[in-house]
Amino acid sequence: MNLEKLKEIVRTVLPSVDVVVGYKKGFDALHPVPCFLTSPEEIDALVLNPACVHNLAAYLPSLKNKAAVVVKGCDSRTVVQLAQEGLIKRENVVVIGVPCQGTVSVRKVLSAINHQPVIGASFENDTLVVKTKKGETRLALHDVLSDKCLTCRYPTPVLSDHLAGEQIEPKTAGKEAYQDIRDFDARSLEERRAYWLKEFDRCIRCYACRNACPLCVCRESCIAETRDPHWMSQRATQNEKMMFHMIHAIHLAGRCTECGECERACPMGIPVAKLKKKINMEMKELFGYEPGISMDDKPPMYTFKVEEEKIEEHKIR
Amino acid sequence: MKKARYLKKQKEKEFIAALGAKARVYAPCLEDEAVLFKPAEPDSTICLSRPAVSSPKSVIYPQSETLFSFRFKKDAEDKRRTLVELDDTIEVPDTIIFGARPCDARGIAIIDRAFSKTDTPDPYYLARREKTTIVTLTCPEPSSGCFCTWVGCGPAETSNSDVMMTEVEDGYLMEALTEKGEALLESPILEDGTPYEAQAREAQKAAHERMVKEAGETDTTPVDPETFDSQAFWEKAAERCLGCGACTYLCPTCYCFNITDETVVDKGERIRSWDACMFHHFTLEASGHNPRAAKALRLKNRIGHKFLYYGEKYDGIIACSGCGRCIRGCPVSMEISTIASALKKNSGTVSGEQ
Repeated sequence: MNLEKLKEIVRTVLPSVDVVVGYKKGFDALHPVPCFLTSPEEIDALVLNPACVHNLAAYLPSLKNKAAVVVKGCDSRTVVQLAQEGLIKRENVVVIGVPCQGTVSVRKVLSAINHQPVIGASFENDTLVVKTKKGETRLALHDVLSDKCLTCRYPTPVLSDHLAGEQIEPKTAGKEAYQDIRDFDARSLEERRAYWLKEFDRCIRCYACRNACPLCVCRESCIAETRDPHWMSQRATQNEKMMFHMIHAIHLAGRCTECGECERACPMGIPVAKLKKKINMEMKELFGYEPGISMDDKPPMYTFKVEEEKIEEHKIR
Repeated sequence: MKKARYLKKQKEKEFIAALGAKARVYAPCLEDEAVLFKPAEPDSTICLSRPAVSSPKSVIYPQSETLFSFRFKKDAEDKRRTLVELDDTIEVPDTIIFGARPCDARGIAIIDRAFSKTDTPDPYYLARREKTTIVTLTCPEPSSGCFCTWVGCGPAETSNSDVMMTEVEDGYLMEALTEKGEALLESPILEDGTPYEAQAREAQKAAHERMVKEAGETDTTPVDPETFDSQAFWEKAAERCLGCGACTYLCPTCYCFNITDETVVDKGERIRSWDACMFHHFTLEASGHNPRAAKALRLKNRIGHKFLYYGEKYDGIIACSGCGRCIRGCPVSMEISTIASALKKNSGTVSGEQ
């Protein structure tokens, strides 16, 4: 990731927009945070490294005026999807693409350093060097990448007005993106049910997954909370929690760009992205559609065909 | 009242099991990578080496609880009338929280005031509170985001706990601080703790010094009113906030709730469940008006409640115990400590942020 090139681009773009959404340093070196630049003096505070995990496109629908946004490959798909759905105006967004070799899973890093407080971290080529009071740990970047990055098909943004770096080829070419889902699906129904009930048991209904999701657009009208109509109970039972997560997943059918923010945001570490990935797999098989790839596509749930090629229910057999 | 006993590390499980014979025991258990307060089972992996993701407040103040159940019935005498049958029995077993941190214990004390020092003390909360014994562990090391000493708490703070346990050679020194705590230490599994007292004092002192080095001494500077009322300050502070409830639900001191009636046909329950002031719905009025429609206003209220309003009501106490959970658990690493510090400094911005 090329920080100098990014700063150069931001410097040129800034005068033509209200705000540039990028990353700056957070409470420790493993936690850069989203930042909103409005003046050239702030440019030097920009950070860009594999710990820049957030999908900044999530902020776009809430920004009123023209904005520039720093996006990785997966995040760029969100921009496309948002524009297709009319949730943002393409002409209001300057897309600064960042070719990305993968972002780190902070959970994996913390696990590898036995949850010691981090006092420093740096990235050297394919190595992450983490400093704690107990010393330095060198971790192979590949071992601590987010799961979504291990099967990434779009390391270079699919859409960008400026590209901070050279195009990169997916390292995972040929690897099946949905193999993990197929393996999971092979388990028995009872096993899968038990798995999810156990995982959802620790859900605290904080809705971090929902709010971090760039494509969760119901906002204040989310059925999880509305009183009128009163769709869901406020009980903290496994059933209620499971119901909420299923609705979240279903609402993203043919829309989820697999940025993984829902799962990353979960403070309890529940693998909620797995549900969305499963639905994406089904959508791909059924409609041959992958969300957020091309501005010219029409998402399948936004259109209608009298005879769907792979849905046979209307045919008399 | 000081009674010091010694718990050998090897006997930790046996001791917890013995406690379990008398009461429900909640302990920090490892679930995948997450440390969560859960009922301790024989096969649980107890993890005391790092703070739990969420506080143990849910043991006393559950995420969702039934206040009463009700049933509508036709009056047998007069069919035009509907009667309501209520059941509001509160049944609470004896409970032990094992391995809380001093910030957790302080959090519970902060919630205590809200539910007891009022004209209408809360019977549900108080019933649980009374039946609960808190065993607190001296925090050996600060975690990322911890700032307890800055808000007047500390890694060896003993107030609000019934037993204080401090790591010493091969085990823990267990010191009773209350009668409840003393009763809990009546156990043949424990040995005489006197030989370990000096060691424990040393460990507590060292822990405190380490934390002060990390987060600083208690800051009693009042919040600057001008900064507090600056809209620009809050808009800047809130700009990356996603408006979820992770901070409030992980917080050991947040106690706001919502009440809903969950009715199906002729029967139902009145539920009390946690609510979060960062949610849009929190202050949504029946008229449709929302006095805190913007996230900046909601953040102002959240920080204001902890560092200003609570103290105005209860002797200047800060309703934050500096546990750092909201910082560690936030999807965008919002830093309450930095925001509060900027509010005190009268700097007008949150530029103090790293």
